[in-house]
Amino acid sequence: MIGAPRPERGASEAPAIEVRDLTMTYDANVVMQGLSFQVRRGEVFVVMGGSGSGKSTLLKHLIGLKQPAQGTILFDNEDFSAADGPARKRVLRRMGVLYQNGALWSGLTLAENVALPLEEFTSLNADVIREVVSLKLALVGLRGFESFYPAAISGGMRKRAALARAVALDPEVLFFDEPSSGLDPITASRLDDLILQLRASFGTTIVVVSHDLASIFKIADRALFLDIEQKTMTALGSPADLRDHPPSEEVHRFLTRSSEGLP
Amino acid sequence: MTAAADGAGAAPAQVELRQEDHRLVAVLGGDWKLEHGTPRFDRLLEDSPAGAGAGERMVRAIGVDARALGAWDSSLLAFLLQAVHYCERHGLEFVAAGLPERMARLLALVRAVPERDLDLAEAKAPWLARLGSAGLSAWQALLASISFTGAVVDSLIRLLLRRVRLRWRDFWVVVQSNGSGALPIVALIALLVGVIIAFLGVVVLERFGAGYYASYLVGFGMLREMGALMTGIIMAGRTGAAFAAELGTMKITEELDAFSTLGISPIDHLVLPRMLGLFVMMPLLTIFADAVGIAGGMLVAVSLMDLNTTQFVGGLLTAVTLSDALLGIFKATIFGLIIGLAGCMKGMQTGSDAGAVGRSATSAVVMGITLIIVANAVVDWLAALLQI
Repeated sequence: MIGAPRPERGASEAPAIEVRDLTMTYDANVVMQGLSFQVRRGEVFVVMGGSGSGKSTLLKHLIGLKQPAQGTILFDNEDFSAADGPARKRVLRRMGVLYQNGALWSGLTLAENVALPLEEFTSLNADVIREVVSLKLALVGLRGFESFYPAAISGGMRKRAALARAVALDPEVLFFDEPSSGLDPITASRLDDLILQLRASFGTTIVVVSHDLASIFKIADRALFLDIEQKTMTALGSPADLRDHPPSEEVHRFLTRSSEGLP
Repeated sequence: MTAAADGAGAAPAQVELRQEDHRLVAVLGGDWKLEHGTPRFDRLLEDSPAGAGAGERMVRAIGVDARALGAWDSSLLAFLLQAVHYCERHGLEFVAAGLPERMARLLALVRAVPERDLDLAEAKAPWLARLGSAGLSAWQALLASISFTGAVVDSLIRLLLRRVRLRWRDFWVVVQSNGSGALPIVALIALLVGVIIAFLGVVVLERFGAGYYASYLVGFGMLREMGALMTGIIMAGRTGAAFAAELGTMKITEELDAFSTLGISPIDHLVLPRMLGLFVMMPLLTIFADAVGIAGGMLVAVSLMDLNTTQFVGGLLTAVTLSDALLGIFKATIFGLIIGLAGCMKGMQTGSDAGAVGRSATSAVVMGITLIIVANAVVDWLAALLQI
C-alpha cells in the first residue's frame, strides 16, 4: 500500500490543499506561524506534533472552522476562507471530516446521520438515499446497524459510523482528527486499514492529525511536524526518512518516542 | 515512600539547627509523616538560637544531617524545599550530601522543573481597566445577541421562502415536551396563583364591601398578567435550560461543528424547530394556565364568600373582555420567542470545559426570566398607552 496511487479524478493538477505562510492564533496568542505546505492529490498526509502544538487548530483552519490570522489556505486553488454562502458550501461539500469522538448527531439514528448530508446536498429520492446509506454503513462494517442511535454502540463503532457519514458525499479530501484516540490498538489499526482502503478505492486525499506513531508509520505518505517550542513546522517528509535523517532533535525524539536529553 | 517501617509508636518529626563553621546544619530525627504535620523552615530559623542572627555569623550554606531520621514521606520533601528556596533567596548554598539517596533524587527531580515564568501569570488589573474590559465584554455579548437574532430571522425568512427544510421531528419533540410534558407543572402553578389572587381579592376587597369584585380581580389578573408571566417563567426554567444544555452538549461533542463543516447551518437545523415549537406552544399553554387559574380563584371565592359559581362567572364576564385575554396570549408569544432565543443562543455560545454547559443553562434561565419581566413591563406600558 506504500506509494500513493496517482490521482484518478479531478482534472486540475493543482495540489488538493495549499497553505501559504499561515499564522494561527488562539486568544491573541500566536500558536504557529510561517506554515507553508501542499497536500498532494491522493496522498495520506499526516500532521504530527506534541500535545498542545496546534495540530487540531491547524485542522480547524483547513476545514474552515477558524479563519487564518495571516496567510492563505487554498482548497483546489480556491481561497474559501474568504468565500461565503454558496461558494463556501460548494467547497465544504467536497470535504469530509471525522471528528475525534465521531460527533455523530446524537438525536439521529446511524442511518439518519449518514442520510442527512445526502438529503441536504442531493436531490436523490428517499429509496436511493436509503440504499446509499446502507452501502456506506456496510463499507465501514456496520451493516444492520441502521436503526441504532449513537449512544447505543461502542466508541470504535461510533468512529466508523462517523466515517460513513464523512464519506457520504464521496468527498475528495477526508480529514481525520486523532483517529486512534480512545481506541484499543487493534481497533485503531483496523481504522488505519479502512483509511488506506478508502484511499486505494476512491483515490481520496487524506489529511490526518495524529500523534500515534504506529499509525503514522503505517499510513502516512508524508508527515508534517509542528514544533511547539519554535512555533512553526520543522519537518516535512516521509516518516521513515524523517526518523532515519531527523532534521532536528525534537523530530528525532518524537519519532523515536524518546525523552533523552530533556531536562 | 516510607524509608523505615511504620511503627505504632512513631516518633514525631524533630529538627534542630546547629552551626558548624560557616554552615547551618538541620539535624533531622523522628518520623516525618504528612498526617503529623510538617515543621516550617522559616519558623525554625526564628525560634532556634543557631538560626537567629545567622547572618552576622557568616553562614554560607545550609546542610542536612539525616542520620537519626526515621520514616519519611512528602512532608520531608516539603520541608527541604522550603530550605532550598530560603537558600535561593539569600544566596546560600544548599548541601544535599547528608540526605538519604532516594530523597536527594526526589529533591533533584522537583527542582529540575523550571518554575513557571511569573510574568506570564496575569497580574490583577487596576479597577478602571477591569471596568473597561467588563464593559467591552458586555458590549460583545450584546453584539453577539443581535447577530444571533439576525441569523435566526434570516433562517426564518429562508424557511418561508422554502429554501430550508424544517426538521419536523425536532419540532414535534419540542411540541410534545412543552405540551403534555409541561401541563402538570403549569396547572399546579396556575392553580395556586389563581388561589392567591382570589385570597388577595377576598381579603382586600371585602374591607371595602367590594368582595363581589374578586372575580374581576382574578379574571383580569390571570388573563392579562399572571397566566402568561407564570407560564413564561416556568418555561424559561424548564425549556430554556433544556435548549441551552442540549445545544451546549452538542457544541462540546463537536456535533455543531459537524453541521458547520458540511455547510449546513445549525440554526436552520437545530434552532428553528425549537423556536417554532415553543412559539406554537406558549400561547396554548397560556390559555390553559388562564383557565386553570380562574378555576382556582373561583374555588376560593365560592368557598369563602356567599357567591355561587354563576355569580362568579357572571361577574367575570361583565368585567373582562376578549382583548384582555388576547393581550395575555400576545405576551405569551413574545415570551416564547425570548425563551427560545435565550436558550438556543446560550447553548450555541457554550465554551469547551466541563462547567460550560451548566453555566450556559444557568445564564439561559437568568436571561430568559429577566427579559420576560422586562418585556412584560414594556407590553403593559404600551397597552396602557393604547388603552387596551
